[in-house]
Amino acid sequence: MVENRPFLTVLSHLVMILGVVIVAFPVWMTFVASTHDQATMLRAPIPLLPGTHLIENYRQVLTAGYNQGNGGIPILTTLMNSLIMALGVAIGKIAISIIAAFAVVYFRFPLRMVFFWAIFVTLMLPVEVRIVPTYGVVAALGMLNSYAGLIIPIIASATATFLFRQFFLSVPDELTEASRVDGASPMRFFWDILLPMSRTSIAALFVIQFIYGWNQYLWPLLITTKESFYTIVMNVSRQANVADAAPQWNLLMAMAMLAMLPPVLVVIFMQRQFVRGLVETEK
Amino acid sequence: MEKRVTFNERWLPYLLVAPQIVVTLVFFFWPSAQMIWQSTLLEDAFGGNTKFVGFDNFVSLFNDSAYFASARLTITFSFLVAAIGLAVSLLLAVMADRVIRGATIYKTFLVWPYAVAPAVAGVLWGFLFNPSVGTVAWLLHNVGIDFNYVTNGNQALLLIVIAAVWNQVSYNFLFFLAGLQSIPRSLIEAAAIDGAGPSRRFWDIIFPLLSPTGFFLLVVNIIYAFFGTFGVVDALTKGGPAKATEILVFKVYNDGFRGQDLGGSSAQSVILMVVVILLTIVQFRFIERRVHY
Repeated sequence: MVENRPFLTVLSHLVMILGVVIVAFPVWMTFVASTHDQATMLRAPIPLLPGTHLIENYRQVLTAGYNQGNGGIPILTTLMNSLIMALGVAIGKIAISIIAAFAVVYFRFPLRMVFFWAIFVTLMLPVEVRIVPTYGVVAALGMLNSYAGLIIPIIASATATFLFRQFFLSVPDELTEASRVDGASPMRFFWDILLPMSRTSIAALFVIQFIYGWNQYLWPLLITTKESFYTIVMNVSRQANVADAAPQWNLLMAMAMLAMLPPVLVVIFMQRQFVRGLVETEK
Repeated sequence: MEKRVTFNERWLPYLLVAPQIVVTLVFFFWPSAQMIWQSTLLEDAFGGNTKFVGFDNFVSLFNDSAYFASARLTITFSFLVAAIGLAVSLLLAVMADRVIRGATIYKTFLVWPYAVAPAVAGVLWGFLFNPSVGTVAWLLHNVGIDFNYVTNGNQALLLIVIAAVWNQVSYNFLFFLAGLQSIPRSLIEAAAIDGAGPSRRFWDIIFPLLSPTGFFLLVVNIIYAFFGTFGVVDALTKGGPAKATEILVFKVYNDGFRGQDLGGSSAQSVILMVVVILLTIVQFRFIERRVHY
């Protein structure tokens, strides 16, 4: 700091602590609610400190599910579906974008710029906006209620392709020349030189896309009608809005905790890659 | 910028772009083309007959007071989300930038809401403000404020604004903090030596230097409020009560899937598409300027 102003420093800490408390409060209350029994959750004021039913509640939602309205499915199944979707989206996006960027940067071929712009314009129309016709296409292809239907339609991404293109452009030409002199094929160059060099970009992108895939809501809501394909995020919101019934808050909140935990842990433990990913995907 | 050294292969590059191009064609261009075509069709209520009506769907949208109500609501909503979100995160970022001890801990505690799905964020805030058991609703009730977002439209709007801001605050915070940390210390020290106090330094030096970041975040937040908040709305209010929170992107979904009005819904999508294109152009022009900055 430029000068010592104890009052301002204390004020800064106070503001930060207040900010952190407000930001964390909803999650704290969610956690607290997930540790009480059903009866405690029926009358206001609900306690501010955790209760004793933590294991029981989580065991019930994980194995038996939250059954209200429609028959409950074990949350373990929805967690698995979310994991498959998140990994599928993250890996799929990275895989198809990195090879497309490789082609656009390292080759000269007719229609190159047409392809580049075709990828670019996908930025212009978020999936929420073209949801009705995209649903029609997926239905026509018979991809409703399938992992392919959950994953493939949302893996086309201009941002990932741009990120890799930007990175490849910064790779020194000498490396390409050297491997050509040594007689390496383009794919050999890609696997042995480019891919290892892209490790940090891939990690950063993976974190962002994992969260993106895990948190998908509208898409799985529309294309899954079979419970065995439900993802956790859509299931939480679905159960919160069952008509004509007050939710069993303790179980619902245990589910919400489980829905938040994986992506939040990814952000906290991979914070460096996360921040890098956020900044880079915005370029 | 182009590579000097490239490979000579005839078919390989096509093979490499093929997966992305195929996915883009099938799941982007095909539905988008359908959407634009659909927006010029009128389908009768029982399916079956469709006929070409040109711009009639757009004309009836522009004559529809419900559409204007939704558009106005969306503008109010995104203004509130952007203004409150930016103000709160700027305050937090400036404070975090001031404190040396504990800054990284504060940062860790503030970045994670980004990882919470908007729909789950909606459920969490709905629980806190639940009229019968919610902790905050109970507190408000005890000080004489009846908060019931299920029946009161303005309160419902306020609640989705709060949930949306909460979800986005980490993003804004991280960019503001990065912006603050890239301001040269020498500038601030020079101003301090010239006798400028903290608030003078903030408004005359830090704030102007931060304005490119702020402008960029403004665009990102507007895009987020327009399109990224579907989950918040669907989990909390489903557009209600009495359409008080039916923002445009939710109306597209509601009219298209619930109302089965494909032509009208597609026309709305086309209008939103124009909005995104404009916002993206603004964003890109600005980013070019930021590079020069």
